[in-house]
Amino acid sequence: MSEVVLEGRNIVRDYHVGGGLFGKQKTVHAVKGVSFTLEKGKTLAIVGESGCGKSTLGRILTLIDPQTSGELLIDGKPINIAKDRVTAEMRRKVQIIFQNPYGSLNPRQKIGEVLGEPLLLNTNKTAAERRDLAMQMLVKVGLGPEHYNRYPHMFSGGQRQRIAIARALMLSPSLLVLDEPVSALDLSVQAQVLNLLADLQDEFNLTYVFISHDLSVVRYIADEVMVMYYGEVVEYGTREEVFANPQHSYTKTLFAATPKSDVESIRARLAKKKAA
Amino acid sequence: MALLEIKNLSVGFDTNAGLFMAVQGIDLSVDNREVLAIVGESGSGKSVAMLAVMGLLPKTATVTADSMTFNGHNMLTMTGKQRREIVGRDVAMIFQEPMASLNPCFTVGFQLEEVLRFHMKMDGPTRRKRAIELFKQVGIPAPEERLNSFPHQMSGGQCQRVMIAIAIACNPKLLIADEPTTALDVTIQKQILDLLVSLQVKHGMGLIMITHDMGVVAETADRVIVQYKGRKMEEADVLSLFESPKSPYTRALLSALPENATGDRLSTVADFMKNEAANAGVAP
Repeated sequence: MSEVVLEGRNIVRDYHVGGGLFGKQKTVHAVKGVSFTLEKGKTLAIVGESGCGKSTLGRILTLIDPQTSGELLIDGKPINIAKDRVTAEMRRKVQIIFQNPYGSLNPRQKIGEVLGEPLLLNTNKTAAERRDLAMQMLVKVGLGPEHYNRYPHMFSGGQRQRIAIARALMLSPSLLVLDEPVSALDLSVQAQVLNLLADLQDEFNLTYVFISHDLSVVRYIADEVMVMYYGEVVEYGTREEVFANPQHSYTKTLFAATPKSDVESIRARLAKKKAA
Repeated sequence: MALLEIKNLSVGFDTNAGLFMAVQGIDLSVDNREVLAIVGESGSGKSVAMLAVMGLLPKTATVTADSMTFNGHNMLTMTGKQRREIVGRDVAMIFQEPMASLNPCFTVGFQLEEVLRFHMKMDGPTRRKRAIELFKQVGIPAPEERLNSFPHQMSGGQCQRVMIAIAIACNPKLLIADEPTTALDVTIQKQILDLLVSLQVKHGMGLIMITHDMGVVAETADRVIVQYKGRKMEEADVLSLFESPKSPYTRALLSALPENATGDRLSTVADFMKNEAANAGVAP
């Protein structure tokens, strides 16, 4: 068995809302006891509808939000950011890529600065070194050194997502959390970004946590699949297990809702419409 | 005669770099009781073509066509006043971002009743009754209370239902849905698509679905137009499009679907375009 990069043991996250002067405080259980393990170089997909807690879990894994209870282990070391200070070394290990490449880049920051900033904050590299590394990274994600001095608005959605991926990779993390990285992109651009992610995974032996609601993408990219529903894990297994034999009724609903584009189902639909 | 018939439609935009042609010579027709899907990537001009029909393009756009008729009216020579009578009543449109297309300052009930007041000249109580009926039709629970909600108090799927209710309020003959489910979850997407198709069958509307999602096309369309860079690449009925796509671009689009992946990498449209260019260079 290969090395376990990420492990969650019964992770819980509650949010307290309301509770003003006279209001009563309410507790929202966003994540209710999630456990999993993920090996190096594998991809875990977290699937669920909006509001099911998949992004909250993603934020806990990237050390943005603390868990209310439960244990999070990265490279075998337990971390709880509510108690301990997060070291630069820890930050370097986990990086995140967000859904909307239009919102996640600062419009007044040149691409070169976007890529150089993680290095500036977390390492002691000189300006010249940072510049070289940023240039190299641009080439790796399929852009060019000529893009170094441009601003985000000069790029298309797919290119921006490449920039976000490049920024996440600047610190050579071992774990990448991808929060719906392709759902804002067109079909053909989506294919390019998915290919890029697969190439990078092979090259750097990266571990991915892939958050998505698109089952056809998950089926293509994931090794393991976790289905969440109202903060709970209702299904967890390898891709083959989950797709071949879904157990929970919610997973079955999800499969039924996914558009089918094979010829037989189109024929069935047209026949049904004619009969109606 | 077709409900909407467009011949040789071109739309150009004046930009600093000269005239940019967003749509180049598109022919299109939709019948009553027909679902036409227009598929293409962003920038393929699929939305612009429909906005031209609705007369919603900015002044910088130049629209030319040999003919553009809707239900016997010539849409090209129409005045703004005549157009406004038809748009919203006989032709209605649903946009991609339901949250952004509703006015955050007014209740959804007010925005729905506005259409009824303007086009159907209904009085207050009749409007209210019709509004409740419409909310029931699109499947919004507790319609009497929901009419007084503001858009931010509703979820994305609910807002899209409100948009659909507004669009079908005057029983339009043609409904244009511009990426109606792109911002929504799969389970909600399924509900919205089922709703649109059932309304289309029930009212015998023509429906134009603009989308980039081949799955949505497969689930809803009767006939499909594939568009790329402002030109029509292929037009076919849905079954033959998926069974035996004629245009190489359509084949490329279909092979970029993750479920059609062979091997560990997806084929992309860019690869296809490169091959195509290389072949064109070699051919005499």
